[in-house]
Amino acid sequence: MTRRHVVLRPAGDRAVLVELAGNRSARRLARAAADELAGLEEIVPGHETVLLRWETGRRPPPDLRERIARLLAGADGDADVADAVVFTVRYDGPDLARVAEHCGVSAEELVRRHQAAEYVVGFLGFAPGFAYLLGGDPQLQPPRLETPRTRVPAGAVALAGEYSAVYPAESPGGWNLIGTTDRLPGAVDSNAAFLKSGVRVRFRELPR
Amino acid sequence: MIEVISGGARTTVQDLGRSGYAHLGVPASGAADRAAFTLANRLVGNPEGAAALETTLTGPVLRFGRAATIALTGARVEAVLDGRPIAMDGPVAVRAGAVLTIPAATRGLRTYVAVRGGLAAATVFGSRSSDQLTGIGPAPLAPGDRLVIGDDALGDPVVDVAPVASIAAEPVLRVRLGPRDDWFAPDAVTALLSQAFRVQSQVDRIGVRLGGPVLRWREERELRSEGMVTGALQVPPSGDPILLLADHPTTGGYPVIAVVIEQDLPVAAQLVPGIPVRIRRA
Repeated sequence: MTRRHVVLRPAGDRAVLVELAGNRSARRLARAAADELAGLEEIVPGHETVLLRWETGRRPPPDLRERIARLLAGADGDADVADAVVFTVRYDGPDLARVAEHCGVSAEELVRRHQAAEYVVGFLGFAPGFAYLLGGDPQLQPPRLETPRTRVPAGAVALAGEYSAVYPAESPGGWNLIGTTDRLPGAVDSNAAFLKSGVRVRFRELPR
Repeated sequence: MIEVISGGARTTVQDLGRSGYAHLGVPASGAADRAAFTLANRLVGNPEGAAALETTLTGPVLRFGRAATIALTGARVEAVLDGRPIAMDGPVAVRAGAVLTIPAATRGLRTYVAVRGGLAAATVFGSRSSDQLTGIGPAPLAPGDRLVIGDDALGDPVVDVAPVASIAAEPVLRVRLGPRDDWFAPDAVTALLSQAFRVQSQVDRIGVRLGGPVLRWREERELRSEGMVTGALQVPPSGDPILLLADHPTTGGYPVIAVVIEQDLPVAAQLVPGIPVRIRRA
């Protein structure tokens, strides 16, 4: 897929799913869309897509594909990115040992490598404040659990496939739990959710 | 002030929802049947987006602390006010101390109860809507709850009764194909648009499970999470579509074969377990 990959897929009357080359393009489009396209009600980045939904009575412009292509060519990367958000973690999750074995490393090595990466929020979904973090070590990509847990505690640090995440609130969950953090990426109590698409994230082991 | 004597099966406060926060994982929520909801508000002289009650099959029993004007729209109910039946789809005067009983709907699923002035519940992300998926917003009505009537009214009610098309016994949902209709074999798309489905028991504000022809994916592969819309027919590996409603998760990893058009979302919101439903191209 070339970086110019832009495929428009209709999503009902007033929305379009824009399929792109990858998450970097999705983040770029999501950042720029509000300024460049009038009448948008929702801009929802996914892993390699952005869903654009227009307000009632509005329709996508006929030259949408060209406008998006121009937008992507011109946009800067994750501009005005502040310092990375740091989660301090107790690496004591119930799946830590099993995941390490599955990935062919020791538990200590898994913990070291998880912290070594710099992550970026690819997109949010599943629950308010649940950020899918990209950029992790390619060797640490365990599959989801066959049977999800009915209860994952708030603050659980988890891995599934190419993503890491912090569960912002208690919920069911099928990801592998490797630790816990006390800092919750809440999006409910204030509009100032600190995890948004493009934000950098790091994990640091809590000093013992 | 309205006192809740009985909450009904699931009665919640709804308005036009909190769109614009899906990128944070916050569902838009809001009244599932927008047409009935906004009509109820217009009938009592409220702005269209004033907070009102949405029932689920069996409605609440409410005692009005002061005189009020109400209107009931949506799913058909034989509501009783102070022991006398009242009509739907028009403003009704309620005296102080009156008790309103809303029994089980005889057609459709969700009845709207608008009160002149609106309901003054707390707002979260700018909306008073109760989100079943995330728990954001007010909790469903429970005995002993007190609802505060607001002062949101615009003008006086000017309509005695609105003519409303009846809820179909065998509804049809018109759709636009996509965004992932190419995830499915051509005969799956044909089956979707020609055969009948039946509404399963799993119906809530998040979605409606449909049973019927199994809509098989072309191949076993993973779809990376992407944004979802209300009205989407999302198809998990089992092949039984889920019709997404107001409280659906903002992203999903199952392909959406088609999306119900805006005009038919009120029909989707009134689907009751057990009834047949057909999907047709818009």
